[in-house]
Amino acid sequence: MKKDGNLSVMLKGLLRENPVFVLILGTCPTLATTTTVIGAFSMGLAAAAVLICSNAVISLLRKFIPDTVRIPCYIVIIAGFVTIVRMFMQAYLPDIFELLGVYLDLITVNCIILGRAEMFAGKNSVGKSVLDGVGMGLGFTLALVAMATVREVLGAGSFAGIAIPFMSTHTIDIFIKAPGGLMVYGFLIAVVNAITKGKAIKKKDFSCAGCPSAGVCNGGCASAKKEGE
Amino acid sequence: MDTFKGLVVILMSSVLVNNYVLSRFLGICPFLGVSKKLNQAVGMGISVIFVMLMATAVTWPIQMYVLNTLGLGYAQNIVFILVIAALVQFIEIVLKKFIPSLHKSLGVYLPLITTNCAVLGVTINNILDGYNFLESMVSSLGCGLGFLLAMVLFSGVRSLIDERLVPKAFKGLPVTLIAASFVSLAFFGFAGIVDNLFA
Repeated sequence: MKKDGNLSVMLKGLLRENPVFVLILGTCPTLATTTTVIGAFSMGLAAAAVLICSNAVISLLRKFIPDTVRIPCYIVIIAGFVTIVRMFMQAYLPDIFELLGVYLDLITVNCIILGRAEMFAGKNSVGKSVLDGVGMGLGFTLALVAMATVREVLGAGSFAGIAIPFMSTHTIDIFIKAPGGLMVYGFLIAVVNAITKGKAIKKKDFSCAGCPSAGVCNGGCASAKKEGE
Repeated sequence: MDTFKGLVVILMSSVLVNNYVLSRFLGICPFLGVSKKLNQAVGMGISVIFVMLMATAVTWPIQMYVLNTLGLGYAQNIVFILVIAALVQFIEIVLKKFIPSLHKSLGVYLPLITTNCAVLGVTINNILDGYNFLESMVSSLGCGLGFLLAMVLFSGVRSLIDERLVPKAFKGLPVTLIAASFVSLAFFGFAGIVDNLFA
């Protein structure tokens, strides 16, 4: 069972099951917080911290939470950790707290976290769930930073706030505005599609149960993904 | 009259200028997942308006009269999400019992809205922006209408791109996102409309 090894549990989040580019989860913060590299990096780490903690706790409680009310239970656990992270950031990192604004609160309803709780932590041991949280959290951070790098370099002519010669005097404003976010996201998914050549896991096999839109979308996003393969 | 003007400005800016989906990126998941067919897009949009209004009507008084009075402001997140989840369940039960026809058309969308970030986002934003109760309700209505507008417009765009030949790696979601980016670009044309509304 090499496939289920601890290392692969962690590493699959980085590319093969990257939550942002392959599973298309957590799109809202991906688009909203990637105007600056620093914002994207801190958003990624904040979500990763919540994900690791909530995965651990949900995995510990998985035998005690009745199946019928599991989603509300998960949400309360997640909201609790979000509040802790939020208070921590407000106290020690007030600048980043201001920068992320309401999106920090919205980690609560980030589908990555609920999706992982539903698909992984609710079924696996604590150790594996924590590793899964680390992998997914890093994959999320990596994806956000990749996207923010493209947007900040082209749109603001700087990287993590440091101005780049030439670029900073020839900025393409649209990249840090809303349409640029959607466009860069589209192109990056296409790049990941081309690299993995459709070998990446299909969304349908994986995360629709954790997605709040599953009932209506009926694998609509999964089939959109499938058409691309 | 000034109050009325203020409300119109809030409404217009939340529908057009600060459209929740296209410029604030809240509620992207249903925007991409449910916009394939026009009737589904409309059903989802109407349900979101409905839930946003109800959620604001409940969470605003809770924040002002319960959380703020008791000094529990930090628990906003947990309380709001619980209230919204309970409220959506409650609405579903009431509709099923008393207005079965409405339940039939909106029922499937309701449970999904619980974890829709647009709904939690609008309730938190109303508090952050310091709106009073009436302004909060108008802003929620505007955000809901903006969501519906974006969904309906995009379902039209989407039916067109589904028929086009695109490079293999772009098929499906990437081309959809790029199309969404153009729709979002179109909404940029509304910037500044609010400033000149009563000029």
